[in-house]
Amino acid sequence: MRSSYDIVVVGGGLLGSAIAWGLGRIGQQVCVLDEGDIAKRASRANFALVWVQSKGLGMPAYTSWTMQASDSWPKLAEELREQTGLDVCFQRNGGFHLALGEEELEQRSLLLKRLHNQPGAVDYKMEILGREQVEKMLPHIGPEVAGGSFCPYDGHVNSLRTFRALHTGMAKFGVDYRPEHPVSEIRYDQGEFRLTGPNGEEIRAGKVVLAAGNANQTLAPMVGLEAPMGPTRGQIVVTERTMPFLPHPLSTVRQTDEGTVMIGDSKEDMLDDSVLNLSISSVMADRAQRMFPLLGRLNVVRSWSGIRVMPKDGFPIYEQSETCPGAFVACCHSGVTLAPNHAFEIAPMVAAGALDTNKLGSFSAKRFATSDVRTSGYY
Amino acid sequence: MFKRFDGDTRKPVEIFVDGRPVVAREGDTVSAALLASGLDVRRKTAVSGAPRLPYCMMGVCFDCLVTVDGMGNRQGCLIPVRPGMQIEIQKGKREIGR
Repeated sequence: MRSSYDIVVVGGGLLGSAIAWGLGRIGQQVCVLDEGDIAKRASRANFALVWVQSKGLGMPAYTSWTMQASDSWPKLAEELREQTGLDVCFQRNGGFHLALGEEELEQRSLLLKRLHNQPGAVDYKMEILGREQVEKMLPHIGPEVAGGSFCPYDGHVNSLRTFRALHTGMAKFGVDYRPEHPVSEIRYDQGEFRLTGPNGEEIRAGKVVLAAGNANQTLAPMVGLEAPMGPTRGQIVVTERTMPFLPHPLSTVRQTDEGTVMIGDSKEDMLDDSVLNLSISSVMADRAQRMFPLLGRLNVVRSWSGIRVMPKDGFPIYEQSETCPGAFVACCHSGVTLAPNHAFEIAPMVAAGALDTNKLGSFSAKRFATSDVRTSGYY
Repeated sequence: MFKRFDGDTRKPVEIFVDGRPVVAREGDTVSAALLASGLDVRRKTAVSGAPRLPYCMMGVCFDCLVTVDGMGNRQGCLIPVRPGMQIEIQKGKREIGR
């Protein structure tokens, strides 16, 4: 195997593989260094929404970035299908956030107002629908549903198959993928990066992209960058397969292309993904069942927890190092939603050696020096 | 394919398979009764629609999934027959609310 590349991507999750796929697609010589199966990998533990509504409160640029991703998803899905034969089952016919009771609906309306009042935010046509309108689109809702918010740009995808398709596609583009290859050290020397692997071996590259999720916290400072993270844990409950009954994804309930129903989406400040908090699962299952009483008859076949990659303020971080030019850091919570941007936008910018500040200026980690506001980049 | 042996003297139990009367024996599981019925009792799987029959007969493989008295995705190999039981061969995924 070779030891020198145009670009090394550290991290082979959804974000790293989307960037590496995008780089391979435009003819770069790329190597992906990844951990093994024991990695706490959000790429295998996520809710698989391609989600727009309510994103960007506190950072209008994130709204535009998310809208662009939603609009580019059909192109990514189609290119992956053509290249790999894998259908990632992208569906965008609008998504809901349902409110149980009038008070929750009122809270949702207030959030919508705050989003609309933000200067510079693109309009993504999120609207509040009353119970009767919701019932026309989601015929199985229960009596407690007071209404909800709807956004026509929301959708979902088979995220595990997307992950597989990106890796399959990467290989077809000639990208070298090396699992069980965590990076312990990165040195920058005369315009070249040297990355030390688990057995002391070195891989050299002209550029390096840090896409290692929460591990970016320790890798970024090696090349003069920073990635302040505040990861959280989420839990999911999965039912047996059932005939399609839920035509739109919800922020907390969705039916997959193969028929299972996924119920989320909790947030805890803990990082052990090997145990479950059953009281949280029961609250999630209870709320889902009040939204759709028929769910109560289905058997639960799995439940699991996963660790989110979460920049401190919830918004993505994209930045090139000033002291080690050619080193880039990329991390975000919404690796599924933003995958097309990582493939079609970030990758060409990395190849060209400069991030477009018009588009990505807001996502610099320098914002953490001036503001300690913890807003939220999700739902 | 399957044939009951002549020394089986257990009492007959009438059940219904997709509406057709079938004589099982007391103590049969739903799956055993279906296999012995002589009918085409192949279900279709939830994703690809491939045909399946009960296989492990001990609760492990889930290839015996069947609708029993209006409830889908029951493991036929774990449920004893009862007189008048309504069995439906499940074609594909369980229906929501059944």
